[in-house]
Order: sequence, then structure tokens, then C-alpha cells
Amino acid sequence: MTYQLSHLDALEAEAIHVVREVVAEFERPALLFSGGKDSAVLLHVAVKACWPQALPFPVVHVDTGHNFAEVLEFRDRRVGELGVRLVVASVQQAIDRGEIADVPAGGSRNRLQTHSLLQAIEGHAFDAVFGGGRRDEEKARAKERIYSHRDEFGQWNPRGQRPELWSLYNGRHHKGEHFRIFPLSNWTELDVWQYIEREGLELPTIYFAHDREVFRRDGMLLATGPFTAPSPEAADETPFVARVRYRTVGDMTCTAAVASEASTVAEVIDETSTARVSERGATRSDDRTSEAAMEDRKREGYF
Amino acid sequence: MGGLLRLATAGSVDDGKSTLIGRLLYDSKQIFEDQLEAVERTSHARGDDYVDLALLTDGLRAEREQGITIDVAYRYFATPRRKFIVADTPGHIQHTRNMVTGCSTADLVIVLVDARTGVNEQTRRHAFLASLLRIPHLVVCVNKMDLVDYREDAFAAIRADFEGFATRLEIGDISFVPISALAGDNVVDRSKHMDWYDGTSLLRHLEEVHIASDRNLIDVRFPVQRVVRPRSNEHRDYRGYAGTVAGGVLEVGDEVLVLPSGFTSRVEAIETADGPLQEAFPPMSVLVRLADELDISRGDLICRAHNRPTVGQDLSAMVCWMAEQPLRQGAKLALKHTTRWARALVRDVQYRLDVNTLHRQRDVDELGLNDIGRLDLRTTVPLFYDDYRRNRSTGSFVLVDEATNVTVGAGMLLRPAG
Repeated sequence: MTYQLSHLDALEAEAIHVVREVVAEFERPALLFSGGKDSAVLLHVAVKACWPQALPFPVVHVDTGHNFAEVLEFRDRRVGELGVRLVVASVQQAIDRGEIADVPAGGSRNRLQTHSLLQAIEGHAFDAVFGGGRRDEEKARAKERIYSHRDEFGQWNPRGQRPELWSLYNGRHHKGEHFRIFPLSNWTELDVWQYIEREGLELPTIYFAHDREVFRRDGMLLATGPFTAPSPEAADETPFVARVRYRTVGDMTCTAAVASEASTVAEVIDETSTARVSERGATRSDDRTSEAAMEDRKREGYF
Repeated sequence: MGGLLRLATAGSVDDGKSTLIGRLLYDSKQIFEDQLEAVERTSHARGDDYVDLALLTDGLRAEREQGITIDVAYRYFATPRRKFIVADTPGHIQHTRNMVTGCSTADLVIVLVDARTGVNEQTRRHAFLASLLRIPHLVVCVNKMDLVDYREDAFAAIRADFEGFATRLEIGDISFVPISALAGDNVVDRSKHMDWYDGTSLLRHLEEVHIASDRNLIDVRFPVQRVVRPRSNEHRDYRGYAGTVAGGVLEVGDEVLVLPSGFTSRVEAIETADGPLQEAFPPMSVLVRLADELDISRGDLICRAHNRPTVGQDLSAMVCWMAEQPLRQGAKLALKHTTRWARALVRDVQYRLDVNTLHRQRDVDELGLNDIGRLDLRTTVPLFYDDYRRNRSTGSFVLVDEATNVTVGAGMLLRPAG
């Protein structure tokens, strides 16, 4: 007998440890569940960490109003199966109430999510919010702690982060402050897919190859739909049907598809192992703005 | 696929540490094209002669602008044999706290030495910190071999120098690899320029180093994280103790003792959401059920009746201080050890360690930022602990400022005298 865990078992054990610490030490945790693959894995790990008790905290979805129908369907089904409470923080409602201004038609509401997220955190007095963020996603995230402190304005201060040693997490905070908790910090995109395969997890269908009408913009494939349409002036944005899948799932307006024939988890793993472009680089126009786009949004309180 | 190896890298900007990590990621094909293009753009904009692979790891805006590494960055790569987590720590003297942070979870540390200048104060400091943090494996990478014409005598001199100093360290396994991170020699593949070197490439070494026996598999230690009582129809009388095994191999049927109560019982079941297990070892996260109903809560510890940790409120520890405000005798701080919080009073600063010479400065009464020293502490409640040398989980703690809630110190417990 060699007393050594496989890499997936080691990552899962670390994530379960983190979830249990939070449940033990915080008063009002919540889990961000977008219906994307990382949050699906996070929810699964959280359920395992609390077993045989039912999940003792709600899940939160920040709804931009620009979602993929398949993702909303998956979200509602998972929430129903687990019997867990769903809190929807609606960007549309915040716009309707006049709290924030909408983006021009066809634009991304990505950045508007911060307002609704912080409002939900404040309104429900959540003191710990689990997110599925991974350090391999983006360079600003590579420096973020597993327990990531937010001040009373929800802001992240990358230069003033608390040292995080061993597995001794310090979640002490003043009233009005909260923590973002990232149990999957040390997972990579490939780890997530390997875990999805091992655990037999279900995902929204758009993660697998399907035929979809798309058009090309800035080198990326965007779906034609109610929120995005080819620009009539741009001659090169002629729509066409392609075999595609999604590597990440966000707002329909800023999440691009990749050409793919991978229709099973195993085929996605094969593709991911040989991918030459990072998942955010391939599919997220929101991260292309500048090298520090993510850092800037995170400072304001984004995921 | 095999397991997970956590490694820390230490060295200054000039030693080419970030370049080495960039090289490992690039040559093991973990760098994506868009990430490389972004780095190329920044390098050209800054007017660099070659693509600066360090930019792959320096993520924050201030780091890229100033060309320095500010904080511990975590990077990931995998080969068919192992998955690697790299804690990339800055090498400047004012960042000892980052090095200690990065080393706290590491199985292995890479210390970079410039082949032209050899072992210096910083090399010694990094090696000493790795030893203090009980990293079981250390690899000295003698870098920039291309700039000394790949000469064996340059490598041999540095090796001899380091070995002379290393007799004062407590690291069981030290290896030496001559490399050029920039040119790629001996990083992933064996170099064609150094036939005299009969060892493996750095990556091969990382894939093969034996870490399974590094954890303490002898002393059973199970700090209770939560008491799980679902009170559901399905699990009406269920009472399980959730936790991460911190030491030893816990087995169903074991006679165990619970601290602080001293009650004994028997392990009835070890469970996970995937089903029951016969045994559990570090760092597994499990639920333990005992044969008897005992009063157990978070912060208690389950061990074997005849192998107990030290139980005490008067502690001696090596502490790395991480706050601007100095630590003085009489200070009161919050302390987290395993799953237990206590308050701690600093009774005495015994000495400060000069991390360059290992000299003990006894005429001190405070520790400043990035100082390491030996403290005597008194806690409000007893801790159940082991010497850090014997168990990195039950031998470590953090200190937290009670007013600001900031983590200000990292401590490694010493066995009590006598």
C-alpha cells in the first residue's frame, strides 16, 4: 500500500477541507452558481463536503438577462435535484429600477454584474461567498488567495492580501466585510474536465459539439441570438452554421464558441490536452481589453 | 496519472527564476499561444532584446511595469507522470514572508544560483528558510551555465561551496542540476553541452522524486473540523466528525482517545460521500464515526490512546513576523492551530535568528517585519500539538492581529524542553 492520493483526490480533499472550514467558521455562506462547468464542479464538491447533511447554504446566480437558455435550464434542474435555495441577483431588475445604466444594444453586461452581486451580498448579509475561480485562468487570479478578503465596498486589494500558510485559513473580518472563497484555486481546466468525467457530472449541453449559427468578430465565433447580431455594416460578419462548443459560459454577448467535434467528456479532455489557446483567450472578449482587464474588474468586486 | 508535487522556487530576479518557470511551462507545452503573444507584446513594448518569460508569471500591473515579482504566484503544469503546483516566490530580502508562505505547503524547493557569481547571502537565506519550513527535498539549480561556457569546474565549485554550508541544514535530500533556463539546457531535456553531467534533467528529477513517505504516517492525528448531525429522516441519529487527517493512518476498529476530554472509544466507521473506507491517511478529508456518544466539538483532536500529541498552553516556537509593526514582549494575538483558535500572549522573545549566518541574537526584545525568532507563548486554551519537525500540520500555527484581523505571523512549534 502506498499512501499517496491521485492528483484529483488530492485536489478534491483540499477543496472539501476549505468548504468545511467555511461552514464551520462563517455565519452566512453562499455559493455562486452560474451553471458553468466550474461552478457545477464546485457545487458537487460542496455537496460532498457537507454530506450526509443537505447543503446548509443557498446558491446565488447573478443573472445578466443575457443567458444561454440551456444554462438556465441546467441551473434550475440542478437546484431542484438538490433541494437547495436559489437566490437570483438580477441585472435586468437593477436596470429597471434605475440603479445602473444598461449597455448599448449588443454590448456585454459582464461588468454590470458587479453591482448586482455586491447588492445580493449586502442584502443577504453573506459573509463568505464561494466561487469557482481557478488560478490558472488568468494572471491576476494566479496571485489571489483561497480566502480572498473584500472590504466593506466589496473591493479586492491585491497588494494588501493576507499571507496564507499551510492549510490554516484566516477568515476573521469586521462587520460588512466579506470573503470570496475559491476552493478550486489549484485546479486547472484539464483537472476540471477529468473530474467531471470521473464523477460523471452533468453539464449544460452547450459544452459539447453542436451545430449553431455563428458569425466571426475579432477572430472569435459569436452566436447569433436575441442579444448579439452581426453588424450590418461589417461585411465580414456574415453568419454561417458551424460545429462548435463552448469552453467557458458567461454572458451570451461576450462568450465565444470554439470550432469543435468533441461531443463527449472524453473527447473534450482530448481536445483540452492539446489546446494551444487558453480558455479565456479563446472565448472571452471581456478579458481581451487589456493585460490587466481582470485585475481591474476584480478590484471593483467582480468574481 | 501519478500524484501531485507542490514545489516552491526561490531566487532573485537576476537568477532567472521566473525565466526557469516560464521555460518549464513552455517546454512542457503548458503555455498557450495567446499567453505567449501577450508576453511578446509586452516585451517588445518595453524594448527587451528577447521574450521575457518572466512576464508569464508576473500577473499584476505593477509587477509588469516595474519588472519585479511582488507576491507569491501559483502556476500549474503537468506531465503524463505527475501534476505540479509551483509557488513562485519573490527573492528580495523584504519578501521573506512570501518565501515562508510559498514554502509552507511545498514538498520540494528549487534554489537558483547564478553560475557566474555562485552561492551568496540570498542562496544561504533561501536554503535556510526551506530547512526551517521542513521542505523534505531541495534542488540547487546552477543557472546560466551557458555564460560560463558550460564548464564542469564552475558547477563543481558551487556544489562544493553549497555542500559545505548545507551541513548546518536539516534537509534530507539535496540535489544539484546545472542548467540554462534561457537556453533550455537540462530543464526538460538533457543538455548536449554538458556531457560531464551524468544526472537527470530538472523536469525528470521533479517527476521521479519520491514524496510518498514524506508525510507522517505514524502518529494518528485527526483535528475535528465540524460535528455533522443532519437530523434528517434518512440520517436521524447520525453523528459524524468531519476533518482532514493530519497524521498517521486511521483505521476502522482503532481504539482512539479524544482530546481534551480524554475519553476513549473505537472507530466505528470512516466515511465519505462516495462510501465507507477501511482506513484514511493524510491529507484525506473524511468523516469519522465513533462507537460511543461523546461530547466532541470543533477543535478537539482524535488520536490513538498510546500515541498522544503534546498538550500544553506554554509553547515555544520559531516565528516569522510578517507585519510592519514590530512584535514585542507582552503582545496579545489571536492564534489558529489546526481547527482551534486561541489567544496568545508573547511572554518572551528569546532570540532573533540572523538568517544569513544562523547566528542567534539574544539581546533583542522585538521582531521586525521579515524577522525570524524564537518566542515563548502562553495560550488561553491548551493546544494539542507535535514538534513541527515531526508533523507540519499539527506543528504549525498562524498569528492574527486582533484589531485588524490581518495574519501577522507564522509559527513552527518546538517540543517542550525536558
